Amino acid sequence: MAKKMHDTPNLDQLESGPWPSFVTGLKREAAKKDIMVDLMGQLEESYKTKKGFWKGGTVGVFGYGGGIIPRFTELKDANEQPMFPDAAEFHTIRLQPPAGMHYDTKTLRQFCDIWDKYGSGLIAFHGQSGDIMFQGCTTANVQPAWEELNEMGFDLGGAGPALRTSMSCVGAARCEMSCYDEAKALRTVINNNIDDMHRPALPYKFKFKFSGCPNDCTNAIQRSDMATIGTWRDNIQVNEGIARDYMKSHGMDKLVNDVISKCPTRAITLRNKAEAVTSGSISTVAVDDQHVLQIENHDCVRCMHCLNVMPGALLPGKDKGVTILVGGKSVLKIGASMGTVVIPFMKLESEDDFEALNDLSRNILDFFAENALEHERTGEMIERIGLVNFLEGLDIEIDPSMIVHPRTNPYVRMDDWDEEAEKWNERKSAA
Amino acid sequence: MAELRAPDECGVPDPAPFMHPIMNKNYGKWVFHSHPKPGVLYHRAASGDELWTVKCGTARQMDLYTIRLLCDIADKHSDGHLRFTARSNVEFGLTDASKIEPLIADLGKHGFPVGGTANSVSMIAHTQGWLHCDIPGTDASGVVKALMDELHEEFIKCEMPNRVKLSTSCCEINCGGQADIAIIVQHTKPPKINHDLVANVCERPSVVARCPVAAIRPALVNGKPSLEVDEKKCICCGACFPPCPPMQINDPEHSKIAIWVGGKNSNARSKPTFHKLVASGLPNNAPRWPEVGAVVKNILAVYKADAQPWERIADWIDRIGWPRFFEKTGLPFTKFHIDDWRGARNSLNASTHIRF
Ligand code: HEM
Ligand code: SF4
Ligand code: SF4
Ligand code: SF4
Ligand code: SF4
Repeated sequence: MAKKMHDTPNLDQLESGPWPSFVTGLKREAAKKDIMVDLMGQLEESYKTKKGFWKGGTVGVFGYGGGIIPRFTELKDANEQPMFPDAAEFHTIRLQPPAGMHYDTKTLRQFCDIWDKYGSGLIAFHGQSGDIMFQGCTTANVQPAWEELNEMGFDLGGAGPALRTSMSCVGAARCEMSCYDEAKALRTVINNNIDDMHRPALPYKFKFKFSGCPNDCTNAIQRSDMATIGTWRDNIQVNEGIARDYMKSHGMDKLVNDVISKCPTRAITLRNKAEAVTSGSISTVAVDDQHVLQIENHDCVRCMHCLNVMPGALLPGKDKGVTILVGGKSVLKIGASMGTVVIPFMKLESEDDFEALNDLSRNILDFFAENALEHERTGEMIERIGLVNFLEGLDIEIDPSMIVHPRTNPYVRMDDWDEEAEKWNERKSAA
Repeated sequence: MAELRAPDECGVPDPAPFMHPIMNKNYGKWVFHSHPKPGVLYHRAASGDELWTVKCGTARQMDLYTIRLLCDIADKHSDGHLRFTARSNVEFGLTDASKIEPLIADLGKHGFPVGGTANSVSMIAHTQGWLHCDIPGTDASGVVKALMDELHEEFIKCEMPNRVKLSTSCCEINCGGQADIAIIVQHTKPPKINHDLVANVCERPSVVARCPVAAIRPALVNGKPSLEVDEKKCICCGACFPPCPPMQINDPEHSKIAIWVGGKNSNARSKPTFHKLVASGLPNNAPRWPEVGAVVKNILAVYKADAQPWERIADWIDRIGWPRFFEKTGLPFTKFHIDDWRGARNSLNASTHIRF
C-alpha cells in the first residue's frame, strides 16, 4: 500500500545490536504509511550529510496558542519542491501524561488507534519535560487527532514562552522515601495555572517539577524554574528489625565504610550500646547486640545517603513537607544554574497547605511575568535583580538556609542595618 | 468557525485510575524496598502488601506495533498496568513473585532488555536530533541506539559502584540534561552567514541581543541589511542560530562531540553538581559514533574499577582529584579545560590542596 522505500544504508546499520531499534519501528510504520517512508528518506539524508533539515512554523489547534511543535522540511529540489513530499509536514503533538506516568493498556491502545488514523505511528514516551510526544502529523490532521486525544481526557502540553508540562516522581505510589503527595501537588499547581500553558504569554518558558525526596528522581533542582522537593524536619525514623538484617547480611565493614563514613556532615556515629547518648534530636537504632547507630538530626542535612543504603531501616521523619527552590535551568545566557532555596520548609499535607503551594506558584509566575526580560529564565532574572529583591517582591522572609555563606564583599549600601537587625530580632522573639 | 470544537482544558490527568491497584491501595504507605536482581525491584507496604517491579529498556521513540506489544505483555503479566520512567524505561508491577520469570522471559523473547535498576547504566536521557529538532548538530535516537548497544551489558547488570546516568544532546542548548556522563555537540567554528536570507527571516536586533559576547553587529552586505560576526570574539555557542537560521552554526565536519562528567542532581552525600568538560573534538561519525562510544566506555571502565561502593562519578572524582582522573582515563588535559567564562575563578584551585 505504502510507496516504495528509499535506500537507507546508514539507518539500516542501526537495526543490528541488542538494544531495541527505533529504525525497525520506523520501517514497520513505513510499510503502511507514506509519511514514514519519506521521513526515513529525509533522516537518511541527515545521516549522509550530517545536517538537519527541519524548520519551525506556526501550526496550532483551535483555542490554544501552543503545544504543537511544527516541522516543515527544508529539503527542496531545484524547483523548490520538497524532496520527500509525504513528510514535508511532520509536526509533534505534546500531550501531558498522567502524573507519575502510569498507564493502563486500554489508554495506550486508544493512543495507538488515534495515531494510526492521523499520524505517522511514532510516539515518544516521554520528552525530557515529561510530554508524551506524538511525532509526525500533517497540518490537516493535527486538529482531528488532538480532538480525539482531548475526548479521552488528555490535554496539550506546553511549548514556547509558556508554562511547560510538568513531571512528578513515582513517589507515594511506590516509594518509601516519599515525603508528600507528589501527584496531587503537580496537579494542583499545573491545573490551576493551565491558562499559562495554553496561551503562551510569559517572558520565556517556566517549568515546575516535583520530587518526593532529596534523591530528586525528576531532576527538579537542575531542570525546573520551581522545584518542589520533599523533606522532613524531625528525626529520621528507624526500624530495628531491618537494621539488624542489614548488619547481618552486610557486616561491620560495610556499615562503617558505606554508611557512617559517607555521611557528608558526620551526623552518624556508631556506639557501644552502653555508651548510647540520649537526646530529643537523636535517632538511635541497634544494629546488633552490642552496637547502636546514632544520628544527630540537627547535623543531618537530609541528603538521603544513609536511607538509600539501609532502605527501610532508616526512613524519613514524620514531620514531612517540602523545600522549594527557584531558578534551575539549562544553558544560554548565564550557563546552567541550580535552583536556589527560597522556602526551606513548608508543610504539604492539608488542603490549606496545597492551597498555599498553589498561591506561592501563582505569585512566582506573576513576578516572573512582570519582571523578567524577554527570553530570560527565572534563574537569570534572579541573578540580574538579586535574590533579596525577588524575595521582597514575593513577600517571603529571608532565612540563613537560603545561602551557602554570607557575603564576602563589602560593596553594599547598609544604611538601614539597624532596622533589618530589629526585624530579625522581632521574628525570633515572636517564634 | 462555528463547528470548531472548543478544547476541554482538563490539564494533568489524575493518575489513580491508571495506577496498578496495589499502588492505589498503599499510596504513601510504603516502608521497604530491596533489589532481588538486576531489573527487578521489591517493595513492601506497611500493610504487608508486596509489589515486584520488572523494568525494561525501550527505544523511547516507538512504533505502534511496539507499544501494542508492551500492552499485550502488561495484559498478560501485570494486570493491564505499566508505567514509564523519566528515562523511558518501562516498569511492570507484579503482586506475585512467581510471575517474575515468565515476564522476564516474554520481554526477552521480544527483544526488550531487562535491567536499568540500582547500580546499572540506565537508558540515556536524550533529545530530538535530526528526527525532529530544527537546530541539531547530530542525531539523538541514533546516537542513543548506538551507545546502548555498546552499553547493553552494563544495563542488564548492576556492577557499577553506584547508579550511572547518561545523557546526550544534539546542540549546546543541552535539552538532554546534566548527567554522570553527558555527550553534547560542541560547535567549533563561528556561524557561516547566508547574507541573502538574513533580511527576510531574521529580526536583527533580537539576534544581536542573543549573543552572549556581543560579537554580532548589524551590517550592510552586498547592499542588503545583514549581520556580521567578529570571529575573534565568537565562542561558537550557537545562540544566534535559532532566531536566525541563515547564521548556520552546524558544520558536518567542524561540529564535534564533547564529553562531560560528574553531573548529579541527587542530594545524596554531596550537593547536586553540574557536569564538567573532559573530552572534545570527537567526530560526529554517524551512524555508530564509535569514537564517542570508546571514550564513554573507557571512562566507565576506569570508574567501575576505581570507585568505592556508593560513589557516583562526581563523588569518585571528588576523592581522587582531577589530575588523577585525567591520568587514569588517559584523556588529555588541555588549556580548554580551564574555564574562562563568567565565574571562572570559582573553578580554579585557591588552596594548596594538591594530591601527589
Ligand atoms: C529551537 C528550538 C528548540 C527545540 C526544537 C527544542 C526541543 C526540545 C524538546 C523536544 C524537548 C523535550 C520536550 C519535552 O519533554 O516535551 C526539549 C527540552 C528541553 N529544552 Fe529545548 N528545544 C529548543 C530550544 C531550547 C532552548 C533555547 C533552551 C534553552 C535553554 C532549551 C532547553 C531545554 C531544556 C532545559 C529541556 C529539558 C527540560 C527538562 O528536563 O525538563 N531548549 N527541547
Ligand atoms: S524522588 Fe525520592 S520519593 Fe521520589 S521516587 Fe525518587 S527516591 Fe522516591
Ligand atoms: S541523611 Fe543525614 S544522617 Fe543520613 S547520610 Fe545524609 S546527612 Fe548523614
Ligand atoms: S539539544 Fe539542541 S538540537 Fe537537540 S533537541 Fe535540544 S535544542 Fe534541539
Ligand atoms: S555563535 Fe554565539 S558567540 Fe558566536 S556570534 Fe552566534 S551568538 Fe555570538
